[in-house]
Amino acid sequence: MIEVLNLTKSYGLIKAVQDLNFTVNKGEILGFLGPNGAGKSTTMNMITGYLPSTSGTVKVNGYDVSVEPHEVKKRIGYLPEHPPLYTDLTVQEYLDFVSELKKVDRKKRKSQVSDIMELVKISDVRNRLINHLSKGYRQRVGLAQALIGNPEVLILDEPTVGLDPTQIIEVRKLIKALGKDHTIILSSHIMQEISAVCERVIIINKGKIVAIDTPENIAKSVESAAMYSVRIDGPEDKVIKALKEIVGVRNVKENGKVEGVTEYLVETDKDIDLRKPIFFEMAKHGYPILEIKTVSLNLEEAFLKIVSKDPSQIEKDNRENGEESINSEENANNEESVNSEEESEEIQKEEGDE
Amino acid sequence: MWAIYKRELKSYFYSPLAYIMTGVYTFILSLYFSGHITAAAGPTQLLFGAIIYNLNIMLAFMMPILTMKVIADEKRNGTEVLLMTSPNSVPRIVFGKYLAAFTVFVAMAAITAMYPIIIAIFGKLNVASMITSYLGYILCGALFVAFGVFTSSLTESPIVSAVIGALSLFFIWIIDFFSTALRTWVPIVYDIAKWISFYSRFLFFVQGKIGLKDFVYFFSLTALFLALAMIRVEKKRWSRG
Repeated sequence: MIEVLNLTKSYGLIKAVQDLNFTVNKGEILGFLGPNGAGKSTTMNMITGYLPSTSGTVKVNGYDVSVEPHEVKKRIGYLPEHPPLYTDLTVQEYLDFVSELKKVDRKKRKSQVSDIMELVKISDVRNRLINHLSKGYRQRVGLAQALIGNPEVLILDEPTVGLDPTQIIEVRKLIKALGKDHTIILSSHIMQEISAVCERVIIINKGKIVAIDTPENIAKSVESAAMYSVRIDGPEDKVIKALKEIVGVRNVKENGKVEGVTEYLVETDKDIDLRKPIFFEMAKHGYPILEIKTVSLNLEEAFLKIVSKDPSQIEKDNRENGEESINSEENANNEESVNSEEESEEIQKEEGDE
Repeated sequence: MWAIYKRELKSYFYSPLAYIMTGVYTFILSLYFSGHITAAAGPTQLLFGAIIYNLNIMLAFMMPILTMKVIADEKRNGTEVLLMTSPNSVPRIVFGKYLAAFTVFVAMAAITAMYPIIIAIFGKLNVASMITSYLGYILCGALFVAFGVFTSSLTESPIVSAVIGALSLFFIWIIDFFSTALRTWVPIVYDIAKWISFYSRFLFFVQGKIGLKDFVYFFSLTALFLALAMIRVEKKRWSRG
C-alpha cells in the first residue's frame, strides 16, 4: 500500500531523514517510534506530499507522490502534529469545508460529515466555534478532518499528544477500530502507545531507521539481555577473564569502584541464571564476591542508551542483538497514570462545555 | 478552489476587520464628499471620479490590511498543511484566496455607489465618467489585492505583510507625487515613475481616457503578483523545515 524507498531529506548539510526504506501493507497499523526531532514528522510530511523529498520515492497504492501528487493526496488522510484547524469556524462549518476541499461527492457530504462526527464523538459540539474548544476536542476535530473523504491511508502524527488519560484510551481504541479498514501510520514517542495499537513498529532515531519489528519482539528484546551487577575483590583483568569464561556470559564491563572494590556489569542471554556459576567460578579462583544483584534495564535507560549511540553503532547492534525499545522520561510518568486508569473503569469524562 | 473561496469569504465576514475597514473607508469618503458639496458655490457638476481618485491612497493602505492574513496566517496556524495535502494545486489555492479578497473589495466599492446616486438625485451625473472611473477603480483594486496577497506570502506575520504592502504602495504614490517636480531635470525618473505608477493610470480612467495599454498594465501586474505569490508558496515548501 505504501512503499518508501531510500527516502532522504536534507537541509543544507544536515540530514533530517536519511535513506528510509519500508513498506506498509494494506490494512496494517504501523507505528513510528522515536524521540523528538528524530525525523518522524518530516517523514510523514514527505509521505503526504506536504514536503518534497531531497531524494528517494514514496509510493501510495502505486502512485508516486512526486509524480502524481493529487492521486496520492486523495488517498491519504493526514493529522499533522498541530491539527490544522480554522478557529473562526464552527466544527460543522470546518468539516463541511474540508469535505469540499477534498472533493467529496456533494450528495455524500452531509451524511459523511455527521457519521464522522458521531465516530469521533464531537456531534455535541458541532455548532461551537473551534476557537472555544478544549485541546482534547480540537485533537478529535483534527482526527475527524483526516477521516473525511474516507481515505484508504491514515497518517496520524502523535494523535494523543495533549490529551488526558481517558481521552488517550478513547483515541487509541478509535485508531484500533479504524485499523480494520484503513492502512494507518501512527507516530509517537511513547512506547506503550505503539505497542497498544500497532502491529508493526519502526524505531527511528536521528533520521535513520533503527529497527523494524512487531511490538512483541521489540518488547522481548528489551528484556532479552539480563544483566548482573557484581562486586568482586580481585585483580581486574583476571576477574574479567574468569567471568568471560563462564558459559552464557555475553559481555563484561567495569562499572566503577565502590569502597575500593571494582563493580562489573555482566550481560547474559535471558532465561539463564548466572548467579550460581559466577559464585562457583569466583570461588575457584579465590576472588570473594561482595555483592551480586540483577539489573533490570528499564525503558528509560534503553532509550537513553539507544539515543546516545551513533547511528552506525546502532545498526551494528541491531544486527547482533535485535532491538531495544525506547521511552522518554516525561512519558514514563504519563504512562503510569494511563495504565492505572486503564485498569480501573474508564470514565467517560466530558470536558468543560462552555 | 471554490471551497477555499467560500471559506475565505466567510472568514472576512466573521471577523470585524472587513466591517471596520468598510466603515472607516465609507466615513472618510463621505466626509470628503460632503465637504466638496458644501464648499461648492452654486450649482456644480461634481465629478465623482475625483473623489475616488483623490482617496485612492486610502485603498493603498487598506487593501494590504485586508489581505494581510490570507497566506501569512495559514502558515502560522498550521492550516497550510491541510490545504497542501488536499488534492488542490497551489495556483488554485492562491487564486481562490485572491478571489475572496477581491470580492470583499468589490463589496466595499459597491457601497461607494451611493455618491453617484446622491449626485444623480440632487445634481447632474456624468454617467460616462462614472463608468470609466469605476472601471479604473476596480482594476486598481484588483492590482492592490494581488499585491497584498503577494506580500502576505512573504512573511508569517500578518502585520509585517500589511506594513510591507502599504509602504510599497505608498512609496509608489510618493514617487508619482514628486515625479512632476523632477520632470525638467531628471526626465528619466519621470518616465519611469509614470510607467509604474498606477495612480496616474487610474487618473486616465477618471479622465475618461481608456487605453488598451492601461488595461494591459493592470491585468499583467495583477497576474504577475499572483504568480509571484504562487511561486513563493511553492518555494517555501521546498525550503521548509
